[in-house]
Amino acid sequence: MTSLTRCGYRKNESAREHSGERARLACWRSWPGFVDFRKQNAPASKKLHDHSAQKFAKAGRFRQQARPVRYPTMNWNRKDLLGLRELSADEINFILETADAFKQVGTREIKKVPALRGKTLVNFFVEPSTRTRTSFELAAFRLSADVINLSASTSSLAKGETLKDTARNLEALHADILVLRHSSAGAPQFLGQRLKASVINAGDGAHEHPTQALLDLYTIREKRGKIAGLHVAIVGDILFSRVARSNIFGLVKLGARVTLVGPITLVPREFEKLGVAVSHKIDNVLPEADVVNLLRIQHERQRKEYFPGLSEYTALFGLTKERAKLLKPDCLIMHPGPINRGVEIDSEVADGAQSVILDQVTNGLAVRMAVLYLCGGIST
Amino acid sequence: MNDSKQSSSSAALPIMDAEAISRALRRIAHEIIERNPDLRSVVLAGIPSRGDEIARRIAGFIAEIEKIEVDSGVIDVAMHRDDVGTRAELPIVKASQLPTSLEGRTVIIVDDVLFTGRTVRAAMDAIGSFGRPARIQLAALIDRGHRELPIRADYVGKNLPTAANEKVRVRLEQTDDEPDAVRLSKE
Amino acid sequence: MSATIIRSGRVIDPANNRDEMVDLAVVDGRIAERPEVRGQKSQVEEIDASGLIVAPGLIDVHVHLREPGFGHKETMESGARAAAAGGFTTIVCMPNTSPVADSPATIAWIKDRAAEVACVNVLPTGAISKNIAGEELAPIGSLAQAGVVAITDDGRCIQNHELMRRAVEYARMVGLPVLDHCQDYNLVGNGVMHEGYWSTLLGLPGWPAAGEEVIVMRNILLADLCDHHIHCQHVTSARSVRLIRDARARGTKISGEVCPHHIALTDEALENFDTNYKMNPPLRSQRDVDALLEGIADGTLSILASDHAPHAEFEKEVEFDAAPFGIIGLETELGLFLDLLVHKHRKIDIVRLIEMYTLEPAKLLGLEAGTLSVGAPADVTLIDPNLEWTVKIDKFESASRNSPFDGRELKGRAVRTMVGGKTVWKL
Repeated sequence: MTSLTRCGYRKNESAREHSGERARLACWRSWPGFVDFRKQNAPASKKLHDHSAQKFAKAGRFRQQARPVRYPTMNWNRKDLLGLRELSADEINFILETADAFKQVGTREIKKVPALRGKTLVNFFVEPSTRTRTSFELAAFRLSADVINLSASTSSLAKGETLKDTARNLEALHADILVLRHSSAGAPQFLGQRLKASVINAGDGAHEHPTQALLDLYTIREKRGKIAGLHVAIVGDILFSRVARSNIFGLVKLGARVTLVGPITLVPREFEKLGVAVSHKIDNVLPEADVVNLLRIQHERQRKEYFPGLSEYTALFGLTKERAKLLKPDCLIMHPGPINRGVEIDSEVADGAQSVILDQVTNGLAVRMAVLYLCGGIST
Repeated sequence: MNDSKQSSSSAALPIMDAEAISRALRRIAHEIIERNPDLRSVVLAGIPSRGDEIARRIAGFIAEIEKIEVDSGVIDVAMHRDDVGTRAELPIVKASQLPTSLEGRTVIIVDDVLFTGRTVRAAMDAIGSFGRPARIQLAALIDRGHRELPIRADYVGKNLPTAANEKVRVRLEQTDDEPDAVRLSKE
Repeated sequence: MSATIIRSGRVIDPANNRDEMVDLAVVDGRIAERPEVRGQKSQVEEIDASGLIVAPGLIDVHVHLREPGFGHKETMESGARAAAAGGFTTIVCMPNTSPVADSPATIAWIKDRAAEVACVNVLPTGAISKNIAGEELAPIGSLAQAGVVAITDDGRCIQNHELMRRAVEYARMVGLPVLDHCQDYNLVGNGVMHEGYWSTLLGLPGWPAAGEEVIVMRNILLADLCDHHIHCQHVTSARSVRLIRDARARGTKISGEVCPHHIALTDEALENFDTNYKMNPPLRSQRDVDALLEGIADGTLSILASDHAPHAEFEKEVEFDAAPFGIIGLETELGLFLDLLVHKHRKIDIVRLIEMYTLEPAKLLGLEAGTLSVGAPADVTLIDPNLEWTVKIDKFESASRNSPFDGRELKGRAVRTMVGGKTVWKL
């Protein structure tokens, strides 16, 4: 597992200077895009913001540009995005900051940049999904990558070919980025270790769904201006949810307080060891929450032992109109979709003012562009 | 952090100090005013991370001289570069901040050092995705030569003949926590 | 007439309560009082065992040889060679082959095949239920006549307690011990790893310890009810140890066995989804490991075995859920147990370790093997208890490579294995 260092640049620098690439380095340095890693110092930069905000406040109409922006600096060196558990808080923040840049692209007249021109992305979905696949596809288009969609029914897996062989065939066709959705936890790790191509986890079993959690984090940060210190309630089927796991890892790393809510069969106490609280009484949690993230009840997948039925679930844990009155006025309501209206959430609440469900979809595009750019853009 | 600062200052040849930089940018501001009678159509687009600071300063001088606040924004070039995927380190992308339509505007790309011209080409591509400006001009604090593309600056703070293996280091107080300075160092 | 003398070793023979520095003589494949020299001294082979332990040939009661049916994983020939390289002179093979060893014909095939190609003694077990399907009894009496040493559905577990009860009664009638893989299918479901912190973290389906304990308890009750011995294979959970300890104290005919991986590793090893850590029953928590060690120390768990389960690389190189359970163990088990039980944790001494590998399994299965008594077959293992070595899977005799212990440094191993007086392997 790679880890990054703040002063990673200087180490690289000396290595590169010995490798006879000095001229090229010199020209990089003079490029304004070059960022000195020594400058990564959060408290100092904050001070500077305030100071220069006064000094240059009258310089232009764009007030937000009227002060120097401290740019994120980081030596991103992961080819794969497998999950949030392995990322540091700095890395997560870096992805979110990179997503800011790509979100801006969506507001331009021409919503396409050449960043991944000539790269081939394979959407390899060994489990059905429309939203995630479409979002990755659109993100790849906006980065000028070429996209192939492959699902389990059209792939050779149905004919008994192993995952490894299928993936190696894709690589032999020079696929650069593999976006993998798989019903088996760990499948992206398996391929990431064996392929030169970048592997992006688009959901593996009940393990992780890192881009969904990143877009959730992005949305919270965008709407509330921060993540640290917020109280996030995740409600529903936690045990079988990869979205929940990735959210827990990300939120805890970024300093949020997390409470998991649901029936004890789907929210076992074991989760407390991940640094979160567990509650089986939603009415106690809602008044304290800054964000409520409702997970889809995947009743089609559940064995009947886990809860007695949908109507009982709604009665005990559904975010009904009445329950929504318990929420703080500025509490955000999130849902990774697709929504079961009337099961985990009432229609009126899903479409209400506190709901940011559609912002999540928009932000998903920016976050996925950032992830594809970062993982797919490094030379392998 | 400390030793790298020391080595860069001891081995490097000073080219401009804070006062010289300020004079050069003030002159560029005058030239921009002279060349662009309709100042309100001008948009300064700084290339991060120092170009945007230089653009802000130029806008400050224009406001001081003409009492007109020209638009000053940021143009990200990282995602428009032609070398993504071939380098060990990925250029860091930043959010562009420009008026939503550039139709009919004069966009002045502002950068600290003009070298091969590839960054400027990427900036021109990026500006194209915001619409079709009336014209694009280019301002640079330092022009060090060695162009690899047919690109020429309209406004130059200082022409600095260099060898390919030399480094031009620009430091600005707001972006680097160091006093304003331009230095040339040999490797 | 051939004779061998093993000189200057420390002879440990728990069956005869022997632990002394003496020479051991072998004549015509059997342990003798002294080598018959009669003037033909040149024909006596001398083996220098100074610094070594001379033990009865070790017995592994839990091995999957894969033949018939799965020769691409392991053959009788390669599996027997792996056993010899691990210091084993007798191995007991499990019936989950293809066809399943549930008929006298298959048992006869196994015995013939073993006699032909195996360099160590291979003792077959028979299935409890037909096709190890857990629905009807296999012909246990005929299997006994065909020469099985025990019955087991290993790999599977009979869920129907009534069927299990009748099997145990029947086994008592024909004098066969019952070996059981303890797994409750409803509680375990599609579990692939220990249910706990790591399964929660990794999102892998959990295999709760209770899924084993329920069946251990069931077996204790049936052993009492039928007054017959039931041996719980590969015990992994702390509560199972407690249940067996209490039952043995009450005189119940129950025993338990430990595999090296269950004390060498915990469920944390699954962090990277490496399928070489996927086994059934699964790696458990440190608390369980500690309880197993205590169970070995106080005699609750009396048998050591490998659950040697070869799988081809292409079978293991798949998604975690899809990978088969099991790892190979014949060539690493003695080293691991010596290293962990004798050297590192000091839970037992080497005499007890040899007893658990010889006298205890011989008692469990009613075998003649496992002793250095005069007249017994000269199955002998020479052990260097202090030899430091590194596991290298590419040097294995086994046809498969699915071991998580590659590169592990261990202290102690077998250096020579003799079957019937003949050296079948040496380091």
